[in-house]
Amino acid sequence: MNAIEITNFHKSFGPVTAVDNASLTVKPGELFGLIGPDGAGKTTLMRAICTLLLPDSGQILVNGMDTTRDVGKIRASIGYMPQRFSLYQDLSVAQNLRFFADLFQVPPEERTRRLEQLYQFSRLEPFRNRLAGDLSGGMKQKLALSCALIHTPDLLVLDEPTYGVDPVSRKEFWDILRTIQQEGTTILVSTAYMDEADQCERVALFFRGRIAGLDTPDGLRRDYPHPLYRLEGSDLRALRRFFQDIPTVHSIQLFGDALHVSFAQPPQPGDWRGWQDAVGSSLSHWEAHPPTIEDIFLDLIRSAS
Amino acid sequence: MNSQPVSVQTEGLTRRFGKFTAVDRVSITVNQGEIFGFLGANGAGKTTMIRMLCGLLKPSEGKGSVAGFDVYRQSEEIKKHIGYMSQKFSLYDDLTITENIEFYGGIYGLSREAIRHRREQLLEQTGLQDASRKMTRDLPLGFKQRLALGCALLHDPPVIFLDEPTSGVDPEARRSFWDLIYQTADNGKTVFVTTHFMDEAEYCHRVSIMRAGQLIALDTPGNLKKQYQQRSMQEVFVALVEAG
Repeated sequence: MNAIEITNFHKSFGPVTAVDNASLTVKPGELFGLIGPDGAGKTTLMRAICTLLLPDSGQILVNGMDTTRDVGKIRASIGYMPQRFSLYQDLSVAQNLRFFADLFQVPPEERTRRLEQLYQFSRLEPFRNRLAGDLSGGMKQKLALSCALIHTPDLLVLDEPTYGVDPVSRKEFWDILRTIQQEGTTILVSTAYMDEADQCERVALFFRGRIAGLDTPDGLRRDYPHPLYRLEGSDLRALRRFFQDIPTVHSIQLFGDALHVSFAQPPQPGDWRGWQDAVGSSLSHWEAHPPTIEDIFLDLIRSAS
Repeated sequence: MNSQPVSVQTEGLTRRFGKFTAVDRVSITVNQGEIFGFLGANGAGKTTMIRMLCGLLKPSEGKGSVAGFDVYRQSEEIKKHIGYMSQKFSLYDDLTITENIEFYGGIYGLSREAIRHRREQLLEQTGLQDASRKMTRDLPLGFKQRLALGCALLHDPPVIFLDEPTSGVDPEARRSFWDLIYQTADNGKTVFVTTHFMDEAEYCHRVSIMRAGQLIALDTPGNLKKQYQQRSMQEVFVALVEAG
């Protein structure tokens, strides 16, 4: 039996289609990611999975139970962290954690072990006596996350848990998530950070209410149809302008201190020499490069518009 | 960049909350037209620093000036000479596009005539002329963002603070927003930007990294990578923040 089974789920709010005919399954014990920007439909789908929203049409089963009928049973088996998670602002960090541990009846030994892990990832221990209301925005997010992770449900649904969280803490957060997964919990997590797709076993790429890709990250990479190169040079913006006019170029995007250029037809060694002669030091290095999930997503956006 | 006049300068700027030092003796000099990246782990002191530079919070110690105005004595002048935009709270969703522009124009004390003029300009720049009576909530995120930046620049401030301006935005819109940041800087504005996207750190002219209230690094992305022998800003950030 699948942990989550979604068949032709559809949901509109007035004239706006939030999720359009989405189907996907999440296997027991899987770490599954919903990847997409704000407004893509991720939250709507998660709320429906958690029985908080009725589908217009289609069906969602959680551990074989229907989200429109077995509401109580499903809720008891899920840990859900909504995007706007409400902490108790007038309780301290430690008190918030204890409150949620009590609420979910976490046994004492497990509580100690889990708290230690969570403090390590969140770096909140020095602030354990500070009121939640006095934490910085990102630290509040980490505390909310820690509260959601203090117990171990069958299915954990986390809606953009790393929003506004710094890169170091994000890395540590994913390590914790994998630890929880190894203990047998199925995890569904959404994110707008494309690079986090690679932390998941399988992902659904969400764009404008539709699932535009559904596979393992490597599977998505394999299906990317264009040869892609990573270019380095002294003036990337000038380089970008130059390659925009090359007819065999499919797309060209800035990626930090490099440029990703994909081609409709594979470039020949002679092409590269010609291009380098034309642009000089603007192009210092190029190499074939596997597409990142962000490259794949940029392509999806392009073909959608 | 060095030939440009100084736009923002601090010397030993410090802010304590009770016994806790949120910003600890930070000194920076930012020139006009510079895109200055502000990085750090959550709780490192970035927001406190920005609030002091925006004239919203008095420092406990040290010196600071923004657009030529003193952070202790001229905070009201500072507020008139800066723009602020964040991804989370910028525009009013339940106002139309025109209403948002007029609201911001009013807040910044622009004359009726100036608001009308800037409104037309902004609608044209953002390509929203035909949508001006639409509710802001119905705009795609990418447009909303351009509009939010436009509103923050309505009063033509020399310095603008962008607080995680691209969080949650799709990768295409994120890139076009950075083109807009470059344009803004080319027009002589000083741009302060905070971000958790390390590829965006690479786009800044100079980057500062804070840890536990202190400034632990400040240089161009290229020099920082050389100095810490890392291949990317992501790696520089992780190395520096984890060392703390």
